[in-house]
Amino acid sequence: MPIELIREKYAGAINTVEIGKSSSPNALKIGGQTGLPFLFDEGKMPNAPIIAYEILDCPPDDWPENLKESYGRVVKNPAKWAKACVDNFGAQLLCVRLESMHPDKGRRNVEASIATLKAILSLSAVPMIVLGTGDDERDNEIMPRVSQALKGENCLLGVATQNNYKTLAATCLADGHSIIADSPIDINIAKQVNILISDMGYDAKRIVMHPTTTSLGYGMEYVYSIMERGRLAAFIGDRMLAMPFIVFVGDEAWKTKEAKEFGKVQGINWEITTAVSLIQAGADIIVMRHPDAAKSVKRYIDWMMGKQ
Amino acid sequence: MIIIGELINGMYKDVSKAISNREADVIQHLAEEQVKAGANILDVNIGPYSNNVNDDMKWLVETIQKVVMVPLSLDSTRLDVIEESMKLATNRVVINSTSADEDKMSMVFELAKKYNAQVIGIALDSSGVPLSRDKRLELAVKIVAKAAGYGISADDLYLDPIAMPINVAQAQAREVMESIREFRMLCNPSPNTVIGLSNVSQGTKGHRSLLDRTFLVMAMASGLTAVILDPLDKELMDAMITAELILNKNIYCDSFLEAYRKK
Repeated sequence: MPIELIREKYAGAINTVEIGKSSSPNALKIGGQTGLPFLFDEGKMPNAPIIAYEILDCPPDDWPENLKESYGRVVKNPAKWAKACVDNFGAQLLCVRLESMHPDKGRRNVEASIATLKAILSLSAVPMIVLGTGDDERDNEIMPRVSQALKGENCLLGVATQNNYKTLAATCLADGHSIIADSPIDINIAKQVNILISDMGYDAKRIVMHPTTTSLGYGMEYVYSIMERGRLAAFIGDRMLAMPFIVFVGDEAWKTKEAKEFGKVQGINWEITTAVSLIQAGADIIVMRHPDAAKSVKRYIDWMMGKQ
Repeated sequence: MIIIGELINGMYKDVSKAISNREADVIQHLAEEQVKAGANILDVNIGPYSNNVNDDMKWLVETIQKVVMVPLSLDSTRLDVIEESMKLATNRVVINSTSADEDKMSMVFELAKKYNAQVIGIALDSSGVPLSRDKRLELAVKIVAKAAGYGISADDLYLDPIAMPINVAQAQAREVMESIREFRMLCNPSPNTVIGLSNVSQGTKGHRSLLDRTFLVMAMASGLTAVILDPLDKELMDAMITAELILNKNIYCDSFLEAYRKK
């Protein structure tokens, strides 16, 4: 007897978010799905998941050697580093982490970092994600300035959390950027942050969710189930969970001893496997660090999308 | 939960007056307010005072459709009136309603088949309102079976076990809850279940909204999928939203009432 596969059809869709100047040929769209990843018989996936290359606004001194060496000397200059990602590795999207302004990492002044961002923009014409330092107080000082300096670029700025979202939401609203809503592997808080941000008059359709993830080997099943639950709710009509996902795979993978301490190949494979797992969970933007890992994952995405 | 807004009913004096004077703004305001408050379907009933039922119903349908997009539940004992209005409907309609009497069902399901409409089927027949869950189930089975004969899927039916006033038939409330549970298990796909909620507090004084919303929450826990109610009763809607949350139909967040209303 032939086996009949059960196909789910959903009424809802994930929001489509555009990043980058809409006049630019390099502007990107993410989201828009009407079904779980790559299940093309159940729903559409109009936009492929996108890899963002993560760079810092300063040399990545804390990164493991086997990761740093993949970029060579350019890591000393963020603008050249960004250009290498685009020119040598085909990056379509950059993610700049403003680490140098962190109070514990030198507290560089905001003008210097803005100059770095401008230099990156002038050398690389791809859209940009910009992350603060992760220190709430410092981010509330610097992000409005950074946002204003990037006005018109339609960047994706992060991150807004349940306890610190007002400054970033207001500044993204004023300067026309999209925003990352961050939650600690908790679907209830993810939904709440989206509501809090939209209550400020910010268009919920411009929010991208960071559900907080993990690396391979550190509770991936739980993260997967949280992301899947959010997606399924969105597909049956929960508009406060219908946002695309961003995941910071490079950051998660290269924190682990498995990636750092067992040679270059294992580190790359760790990042690849983490990325692929999260793409299957529904990730729309995958922020990665090692160019070899990023290239492999890009091939995987192209191959999966080719089945459409 | 499918919310059927009940406020456009000629039984209410302001609606009756608006119908006879053709005050479109009164009707349209009621339509918009109900949809804004969460109604998925609007019930349309010209009430007992109309002198020209056909024209009044058609005018209501056209007037409402100018401002809201939701489907309408055409509520009349006269099928010719329903059919004339169905011709004007831009969405799929709900016929409100049929009993479990053979003649009535034949006519209603024929009409439903012709216009691809959904139907509210009331578990009642010419012998009167059933007073036990067994009798209700027997009538519900008749409705589902008859509908199937016309090719109408069970999920296009809304079975109404008839909620009765608590001050008249207190013992019936539990029977109704059980009937809802049993109706849902009749077939696959399950039929929808519906109650006219304001019946529960009909004739009571002082705590109508509390009676209605408590009944609603209990009925939801028994598997109710649709309800005819006043969506402008905010506390009632809050209770409905909270019950859906507790039944795990929506994902919790601290602002869950607001989240539901942003859906």
